Amino acid sequence: MKARVHVTLKNGVLDPQGKAIGHSLNRLGFPEVGDVRQGKFIELEVNETDKAKAKARVEEMCRKLLANTVIENFSVELVG
Amino acid sequence: MKAAVLVFPGSNREGDVAQAIELVTGQRPQMVWHGDGDFDKTDLIVVPGGFSYGDYLRCGAMAAQSPVMAEVKRRAAKGVPVLGICNGFQIVTEAGLLPGTLMRNSHLKFVCADVHLKVETSQSLFTNRYQAGQVIKVPVAHAEGNYFADADTLKKLEDRGQIAFRYCAPDGTVDGTGNPNGSIKNIAGVFNETKTVMGLMPHPENATEPLFGGTDGKALFEGIVEALT
Repeated sequence: MKARVHVTLKNGVLDPQGKAIGHSLNRLGFPEVGDVRQGKFIELEVNETDKAKAKARVEEMCRKLLANTVIENFSVELVG
Repeated sequence: MKAAVLVFPGSNREGDVAQAIELVTGQRPQMVWHGDGDFDKTDLIVVPGGFSYGDYLRCGAMAAQSPVMAEVKRRAAKGVPVLGICNGFQIVTEAGLLPGTLMRNSHLKFVCADVHLKVETSQSLFTNRYQAGQVIKVPVAHAEGNYFADADTLKKLEDRGQIAFRYCAPDGTVDGTGNPNGSIKNIAGVFNETKTVMGLMPHPENATEPLFGGTDGKALFEGIVEALT
């Protein structure tokens, strides 16, 4: 099955890239854009049929490598 | 004193730091490839600057999981001193040997410049040749040097004297003017709890000869030799 991982910055962690994206959008004629936070999207093919097991494994991957839990949160979604 | 310098795909300051070590010890350090899970016993391990694994995912994230770093973690736990410079600082924080992390510079630009650092303590094997409060000039070259740690961690770092260097103005004032990357509390370098691991973003190895434009970094390596010989 496929796992979709979202990695986002924790609240309170400054996101200068998100800020720069927001400024650019404002300048491009989207004044309605307020705060922007950017993150990462990672899609993994996982060789496992048990959903609960797959989720636990991918969460372990997040803690070990995919996210830096000092500054980032992660969420795991399984598809298929 | 015997030293090892790690080499990852994408490292680029390993030669500079090897030369700095040779300058003060008269001995060429052992160069250790990232895939080597074992290497000769040494008194010091240096994780050099560069762009290990192309900075993929996060700076230092891949290198922190390499076979050589597993061995470095084992040795660090036994008290073998580890020095992480620039990308090496990012690698040792990702490996969990030092608290906090290095984020994208607050102004989003790569910064390559001489900076001033205030030495926070002389009470460590890395800083014993400096005086507490002394101001030194060394270069930085990075895009992700913005040190961050949560409030609890910062308090612990301050209380236990684990801050090694802070960015400052030439006169030693620690404020926004001397901070090249937005680092919280102007932190440029930190120790672990036992002060046997130190990481810093600036490059002391590039301030060891008058031709480089300064020699303030040399005392760091001399201090390590003095402490470990």
